[in-house]
Amino acid sequence: MSNTEQSVGIVTAQSADFSTPLELACGVALSPYCLKYETYGELNAAKSNAVLICHALSGHHHVAGRYADDDKSAGWWDNMIGPGKPIDTRYFFVVGVNNLGGCHGSSGPASLNPATGQPWGSTFPLMTVPDWVCAQARLADRLGIDRWAAVIGGSLGGMQALQWSIDFPERVAHALVIASAPKLSAQNIAFNDVARQAILSDPEFHGGDFYAHGVVPRRGLRLARMLGHITYLSDDGMGEKFGRMLRSGEFKFGYDVEFEIESYLRYQGDKFSDMFDANTYLLMTKALDYFDPAKSYDDDLVAALRRSRSRYLVASFTSDWRFSPLRSRELVRALVAADRPVSYGEIESTHGHDAFLMLDPPYVRLMRSYLAGVAAEVRA
Amino acid sequence: MNTTLRADLRLIADWVRPGARVLDLGCGDGALLAWLQQHRQTRGYGVEIDVENVARCVEAGVSAIQGDLETGLSDFADGSFDLVILSQTIQAMHHTEEILLEMLRVGREAIVTFPNFGYWQNRWQIFRGRMPVSETIPYQWYDTPNIHWCMLGDFEALCAKNGIRLLERVVMDGERRVGFLPNLFGSLAFYRVGR
Repeated sequence: MSNTEQSVGIVTAQSADFSTPLELACGVALSPYCLKYETYGELNAAKSNAVLICHALSGHHHVAGRYADDDKSAGWWDNMIGPGKPIDTRYFFVVGVNNLGGCHGSSGPASLNPATGQPWGSTFPLMTVPDWVCAQARLADRLGIDRWAAVIGGSLGGMQALQWSIDFPERVAHALVIASAPKLSAQNIAFNDVARQAILSDPEFHGGDFYAHGVVPRRGLRLARMLGHITYLSDDGMGEKFGRMLRSGEFKFGYDVEFEIESYLRYQGDKFSDMFDANTYLLMTKALDYFDPAKSYDDDLVAALRRSRSRYLVASFTSDWRFSPLRSRELVRALVAADRPVSYGEIESTHGHDAFLMLDPPYVRLMRSYLAGVAAEVRA
Repeated sequence: MNTTLRADLRLIADWVRPGARVLDLGCGDGALLAWLQQHRQTRGYGVEIDVENVARCVEAGVSAIQGDLETGLSDFADGSFDLVILSQTIQAMHHTEEILLEMLRVGREAIVTFPNFGYWQNRWQIFRGRMPVSETIPYQWYDTPNIHWCMLGDFEALCAKNGIRLLERVVMDGERRVGFLPNLFGSLAFYRVGR
């Protein structure tokens, strides 16, 4: 059998509309709502080979492949998903979904509230990871998937994979929790709040209802992304890539871009603020902050995980300080105490938090090995 | 699943009760745990410092946790395993006494195996003026990971000092069990110990 890596090719996004109200943690019953999703590979006759990919803060349902031959960029995890890749679409039916509150086609602050015909804006309810998992479960029902062969995610996506295994123990065979944490630390919440303050204090935010004013709080979103980006890279990684390099080779004694790192961050911020919704950014960071699956179990993570029937792969990256290996070890320790099968890899990498999207060879090796086992179970 | 197991691992496996919860420290490619899971229906984990070995364990269907034994076993709760195994590794550890105590904190029993420095071939090489190099000690003095050599009596004295009971001892020379003068004729020592 060939192990040449291939693309999933040209893909098309699909929509699923739901009219049964979704009871959210904040007390709101959301209805109707729409979930945008994509699938790659074939669902087998037993419907046992489905894999759910959960996205992180800025992700979406377009996980792999391209929309057209001349499409410049592929899905955000295209390097991990496809024929011959670790999440091998020759064996798995892969589902990517844009979470509620997102800005890529699923119901969110920028989409129209059917009750008013206006953008939801500030009235779109805040979401939690368990809310997303419930919505994803309804999509699974719609697709005829009783049990995922695996639920996989990095960062905020890893939190969803973990929550799935606690909330729907019988529906998750394997949970792959990468560069994630069982809950955020105070420092991590603090970073999120500075990002939010950047958006909230932008005069063009208009309390979240900027759509009606025909403006976008671009400066706030740009700052939020720049800050976030710093925390996703490692000191070493940034040093290797940019060091103290100057664009023009000498100091200009002004506040324009001088250092290459400034140029890079501003470029990233600009690019992001052109394509992402400020309200979605706020909502996603709050979902991160709220995530704490142990809370409903008297703050006992082990008790929460005792419900699980899943097997786990947990992975972290040595230079990731936003979701450090220590936080993954916390999860591993709780899984061991709960008697759940778990394998754990602490991957050498200079890529910081972003490493979960990169291809450090030991990471790819571990993912490939683990998922080959999952594929073998599915085919057995 | 491959049902053949290296002779020394086979001997360890004979000491494992069916259904036991086992922790294998320095589990390598997971061969022992894979065999135990299949033939003794055990549960548990391997601990490995090398991520490549974690991946090989995963391929063998074994749960493996990447970690450094020198930092102790803080990921594991008191008395959470029936058996903790440390196979041919104790002589390479800095924290020799600590790992022994940690093994019997998290496990009810422990199995420790190590190359016997008192083996006659080692003694002979020393007598001839060189540090021993052999099948069980396949390193030159300048690149060996082995830093804490001991003989049977040394290990037993360390156990006695810490109130650790010797439950069972087997000494091997290759595939052969050694009964007569084991500290002279045995190249590999196997101990099952407990509190």
